[in-house]
Amino acid sequence: MSQLLTRLRRVPMSAWYIILLAIGILMPLPMDNYLRAVMWQAGIYVLLGLSLNIIVGYAGQFQLGQAAFYAIGAYTMAILNIYLHVPIFLGMAAAIVVAGVAGYVLTRPILHLRGDYLAIVTIAFGEIVRMLLVNNVGRITGGANGLFGIDQPSIFGFRFHTTLSHYYLVLFFVAITIVAMQRLENSRLGRSWMYVREDELAAEAMGVNTIRVKAIAFLLGSAWAGLAGALYASRITVISPDLARFLESVLIFSIVVLGGTGSIPGVFVGTAGMVILPELFRFVKEWRDGFVGLAMVLMMIFRPMGLWPSRRVAIEMEADEENAVVPAT
Amino acid sequence: MELLAQNIINGVTIGTFYALVALGYTMVYGVLKLINFAHGDLFMWGAYLGYTGFTLLLALGLRGGPWMIVPVTIGAMLIVALAGVLLERTAYRPLRHAGRLPPIISALGAAFILESLARNIYGATYITYPTNIAPTGGITLLGDVTVSTMQIILLVAAFLLMGILWLFVNYTRVGTAMRAVSLDHDTSRLMGIDVNRIITIVFLIGPALGAAAGVMVALYYGSFDFTLGMTFGLKAFVAAILGGIGNIPGAMLGGLILGTVESFGASWISPTWKDVIAYALLALFLIVRPTGLLGERVAEKL
Repeated sequence: MSQLLTRLRRVPMSAWYIILLAIGILMPLPMDNYLRAVMWQAGIYVLLGLSLNIIVGYAGQFQLGQAAFYAIGAYTMAILNIYLHVPIFLGMAAAIVVAGVAGYVLTRPILHLRGDYLAIVTIAFGEIVRMLLVNNVGRITGGANGLFGIDQPSIFGFRFHTTLSHYYLVLFFVAITIVAMQRLENSRLGRSWMYVREDELAAEAMGVNTIRVKAIAFLLGSAWAGLAGALYASRITVISPDLARFLESVLIFSIVVLGGTGSIPGVFVGTAGMVILPELFRFVKEWRDGFVGLAMVLMMIFRPMGLWPSRRVAIEMEADEENAVVPAT
Repeated sequence: MELLAQNIINGVTIGTFYALVALGYTMVYGVLKLINFAHGDLFMWGAYLGYTGFTLLLALGLRGGPWMIVPVTIGAMLIVALAGVLLERTAYRPLRHAGRLPPIISALGAAFILESLARNIYGATYITYPTNIAPTGGITLLGDVTVSTMQIILLVAAFLLMGILWLFVNYTRVGTAMRAVSLDHDTSRLMGIDVNRIITIVFLIGPALGAAAGVMVALYYGSFDFTLGMTFGLKAFVAAILGGIGNIPGAMLGGLILGTVESFGASWISPTWKDVIAYALLALFLIVRPTGLLGERVAEKL
């Protein structure tokens, strides 16, 4: 199993993406509406996974409240559309901006925190956002029931109202995101992120403005989660504070880590494992969370680097194991 | 004035529950530098096992009464303590040297498993403790301030447990070893301390205290459901941070402060805002003083 995965990793990335895109376009055609909806949902989670991958995977910062920005994106679009009748696509743009700014403003004061501490504050922020939505802040979030009656998106007279059209809309954004992520990964900023992830002190000594670099990771990561939220709201048309649940944040976090932190294909593998598989095993619905939990524990024990790690991370983890003479405390 | 006193009494009662749960988080963090996300669910299992215990005793035809609280609580503590050790052996020990991310995911996964088990075994509905267990009545202090008999029993029990723990940690050999391990594994090993044994002991004590708190919370509030572990657990964790994670007296202090602040927040502002207050307090603390009230350690070693 792991040898097969290692061999598969040698195939050039661009080839994978073209194959993946082709599969992505053709696969839903023979499916019924239910499976198309599952695929659409998976697409949303891929976007969320990719958004968190910037923060956790590239910059190595713990963010266990990503769902808050997903919710902020969804609510921004919904509020603009319901109260001010802003067109959906314009609302999406606003959702990206608002979620990004929120991500920056909220996390900027806590960027000096590391590791576990950062994880804890982000959990707290996630819960605060959810509570604010539940408590109907400004009387515009609809309280615990949330908001309903969001329009379907339309562009140049084409209305997205079928599941398939929504799926292609999400696929379009996923494709754009992947191209953007690949460019980011190899940019100066991307390299700085990975430097910070591997050794923050050394990065700082080499002249990387670590706080600024981390802030950008949170800004971009939150903005992209906002986009995912807006896309979600545009099909479901009903949103509730449940979007910001801690469970949702854990799900997104697990997608990134189980797939392999810092790895774009890993996000797809993680989504398949965490979203599609459980959805197909709905008949054991009551035990779903338990199985997901079991999978998380077993994965970490037997393959802590994730199913499809980025090459860089895999090499580092192997090196770490060889060099580990004195066990770390 | 009366409202003030009443708020303090209620706040301290809830605070002791937070403190008991927070102790489990803080002790594990002390020795393993790991946030045991499954701890909240172990605590919740204490509440569920308490329910089973009470129903079992009543089914045996015994006369229901406050006396049942003692054997049931001890039973729940024992079972949950064993579960804690099992959890450490299976989900955490293999990952001791795997870096920072894998143990967190494993802990979250273990929390999912425990929660799923509870929901499937006991159902997703609210569980209500049998009514003839809790003592009735109470005493009235100056005017309108009331303290129920239940509250008094719970307060005494909680402080007793914390007192025993404090003596244990400070005045026994194992307690000293525990403190040594939380400072440095390697040096402890050189001093002849069996680190794995100490970690096992921590995973016995922490969950046992959590289970006791579980029974107490269920007795105090009367009913709960499977979300208790997540909601109450997270806030107990906030308490551990407030006091300074890894610091045992800190967890006790943090719990009491959080309980009191929540109680005042609920009565002065609004009950729906009390969770926001708790989390905002946490965020504020981590920004201004990441080490917590009593913590001396730096946020993370450089």
